[in-house]
Amino acid sequence: MLALFYIFIAVAIGVSFWQITRIMNFRSVIANDKDNETQGKLAIGFLIFLYAMMIYCLIAMNIIMLPESASIEGEHDDNLFNITFWLIGIVQFAMQFLIFFFTYKYRGKKDQKALFYADSHKLELIWTVIPAVTIVILIGYGLWAWNNIMYVGDDENPIEIEVYSRQFDWQARYAGADNALGLGNVNFIKGINSMGVDMSDPKSQDDKKVTELVLPKGKKVLFKFRSQDVLHSAYMPHFRAQMNCVPGMVTQFAFTPKYTTAEMRQNAEVIAKTDGINKIRKAKGEDPYEFDFLLLCNKICGASHYNMQMKITVVEPAEYEKWLSEQKTLAQVIK
Amino acid sequence: MSDHHHKETFVTKYIFSQDHKMISKQFLVTGIFMGIIGGFMSMLFRLQIAWPEKSFSIIEAFLGDHQTDGIMNPDMYLALVTIHGTIMVFFVLTAGLSGTFSNLLIPLQIGARDMASGFLNMVSYWLFFLSSVVMVISLFVEAGPASAGWTIYPPLSALPQAIPGSGTGMTLWLVSMAIFIASSLIGSLNYIVTILNLRTKGMKMTRLPLTMWAFFITAIIGVISFPVLLSAALLLILDRSFGTSFFLSDIFISGEVLHYQGGSPVLFEHLFWFLGHPEVYIILLPALGITSEIISTNARKPIFGYRAMIGSIMAIAFLSTIVWGHHMFISGMNPFLGSVFTFTTVLIAIPSAVKAFNFITTLWKGNLQLNPAMLFSIGLVSTFVTGGLTGLVLGDSALDINVHDTYFVVAHFHLVMGVSALLGMFAGVYHWFPKMYGRMMNKTLGYWHFWLTIITAYGVFFPMHFVGLAGLPRRYYTNTNFPMFDDLVEINVFMTVMAIIGGAAQLIFLANFFISIYRGNKAEQNPWKSNTLEWTTPVEHIHGNWPGAIPEVHRWAYDYSKTDENGEYVHGKDFVLQTTPLLDGEEPS
Repeated sequence: MLALFYIFIAVAIGVSFWQITRIMNFRSVIANDKDNETQGKLAIGFLIFLYAMMIYCLIAMNIIMLPESASIEGEHDDNLFNITFWLIGIVQFAMQFLIFFFTYKYRGKKDQKALFYADSHKLELIWTVIPAVTIVILIGYGLWAWNNIMYVGDDENPIEIEVYSRQFDWQARYAGADNALGLGNVNFIKGINSMGVDMSDPKSQDDKKVTELVLPKGKKVLFKFRSQDVLHSAYMPHFRAQMNCVPGMVTQFAFTPKYTTAEMRQNAEVIAKTDGINKIRKAKGEDPYEFDFLLLCNKICGASHYNMQMKITVVEPAEYEKWLSEQKTLAQVIK
Repeated sequence: MSDHHHKETFVTKYIFSQDHKMISKQFLVTGIFMGIIGGFMSMLFRLQIAWPEKSFSIIEAFLGDHQTDGIMNPDMYLALVTIHGTIMVFFVLTAGLSGTFSNLLIPLQIGARDMASGFLNMVSYWLFFLSSVVMVISLFVEAGPASAGWTIYPPLSALPQAIPGSGTGMTLWLVSMAIFIASSLIGSLNYIVTILNLRTKGMKMTRLPLTMWAFFITAIIGVISFPVLLSAALLLILDRSFGTSFFLSDIFISGEVLHYQGGSPVLFEHLFWFLGHPEVYIILLPALGITSEIISTNARKPIFGYRAMIGSIMAIAFLSTIVWGHHMFISGMNPFLGSVFTFTTVLIAIPSAVKAFNFITTLWKGNLQLNPAMLFSIGLVSTFVTGGLTGLVLGDSALDINVHDTYFVVAHFHLVMGVSALLGMFAGVYHWFPKMYGRMMNKTLGYWHFWLTIITAYGVFFPMHFVGLAGLPRRYYTNTNFPMFDDLVEINVFMTVMAIIGGAAQLIFLANFFISIYRGNKAEQNPWKSNTLEWTTPVEHIHGNWPGAIPEVHRWAYDYSKTDENGEYVHGKDFVLQTTPLLDGEEPS
């Protein structure tokens, strides 16, 4: 019934508008010099608004952006992003200026003649070649960074960790002493074996299932992703890492943590962001927040997509070894 | 054809009409209606994003069982973003934009009595209408409409156990889209055939207005890519209802292992984006074509670099079919493919840059008549540049890793194709309204509409980039479960307020549009002093468009302000209709 009420109000507004337009002049239809003058000035006004908003966003929103990359591979990402952002920022400011300044400068006037200027191969060559060269340089660096991130050499000997996604949580499994993950398949999911590990596989015996990720600083970690039901995406924004989890296949992504959680909490950007957040939380009467690395789901996966998270803690290698040795192997847990 | 004066009844004239001008109006009004639904949905979910814990009576009023005490349920949030995307992309910006202006302008601008097949044209509209009806019906299904995102990736879209919207709602979505694709294909084939075969004498391909080139190439990419979405939809229907395993494998859900073996969701992603990416250009190219025409006319200047514009339309169209993988950098496909798609993707920046520079050069030293249509076109150039530039971030696979599926992407594509194409569509409506209804729209309301729209569009989507850079994933019902996003509340509220003002500003357009149909000032034959053929037809619509013979064309469409050595207009005025023969000694441009 309430919907009808809203629709009724909308109709009432429409009818009153109809009545108002009776007295409005619907004869004013084509722009004259006065309109050109007004609209030209408004274009300049809009340009100022746009500049102000862009500058405000660039400065004021710096604080809400993700802090510097917490992975070594992500450094190139940050670097490339900064270069790209500066470049497109400059082009954006220049182009918007031209668009709205020309709109004002060449606003129509009664005796003004437009210039018949249909073509210039030289100009067109310039604005084909300059973007082309810039782009080639940008993607040269980009592709180098991409290959650096995506290909993991055998000699790097990374620590293997499996991340298993399902509606609506994450599970993880460490490869154990042999640094090789046992096979997994949905057919093996039963009771405590919630990740569907094939316990007849010898590699599975020393695997360790955990509820939180703990990573050693400075060691390369190779994540293997599987999904139990629908697509999910393992997003670890602080490490500039993301990979989809696809039912029926194993995907992977690797990075090397650069800072421990404790070190990251001392990072100036993190402190500034955390302070900002805590000011807001305090006003709402909520507990203060402490920075942690997180794994989030970033592919629409169902009703609770918005609440699929796992904490990631980065520690010194010695502490990592100690923590790992305290975890039970699957052979101990699943009889 | 024009000699046949069939007896027209109300039904043949207004409902089952085969006249392209009437069909174009039908497309437009249906598109506007769908736009109201799609736009209204975005208002509802923006309320949820800004004030996730607050109760709204408007949500209580419209969402029925899918809300609790005025707060929408998570399922419904996903349903709203899904249907908003589907409606805006396909029903408003594909059918509403292309359907309207291709139908209206193709016969009129090339000098034809009607489309090659008036009957198929009518079928195309009625299939579109039918698909719209099915889509709207799907909103009222008990378990809710499709909710797997507009990209409907399986397994989520295939399994009702995964999300309730993947039951009947999803079935209707697929049926609706299958009908829609049939409509689009029939329409596109008709456009291609008409442009190739029915041009009037003298209308060489190189004399076509850029609108025609844009619609022509758009139709071609539609014909190439839409069938692939149809096959993806059919395979998904088979997986859903007939137990095949094209896209599904190894699934354990609701406590049981499903029988599916050997399929791959990644295959679906390939098929989907093989249409999905060209679709962006199916939406955008017509808007750019409309803009070219309007900017040139209102700048009283030839469009700069006509041939380069055609070349860049073709380059964009070709590249658009080989870049789909940039939506899948982190889908699990081979990283080498990622490199290839990065390369092809950023190449698109080159023809796009050429287009932007050519638009700006057309403004330079013009005599700009700042009509509402012109302002919307200038606005399009602005948002196209802003949105296009961030494509350099997203197209670069290494950078995409961290912003993929965040609000950065949402901001990017809304500016570059959503807002840009909408601005182009509005520009087209303001410009060709006199051709459609024989009356003019009010300019004051047009100005209000434009400035409110562009300010709020930037107000919503510019700050949104930074929300994405803060790492916030899209399609989150609320981010209150993550303290790390608590500092985004203020921006989210700001964006929602902007969105509501922007949404309300569209009411000005609706009022102007519908009132002008009945009350608008009677139009002159050529109100904007334009060169193209549509302005040589009488204001009152007649079957066959021209009362006498079809006019012959003697020049290109852009002889605006053509002057001789003394700086005098060659033809005594600043425009020369395409039908005007060359004077003695006049150089063709």
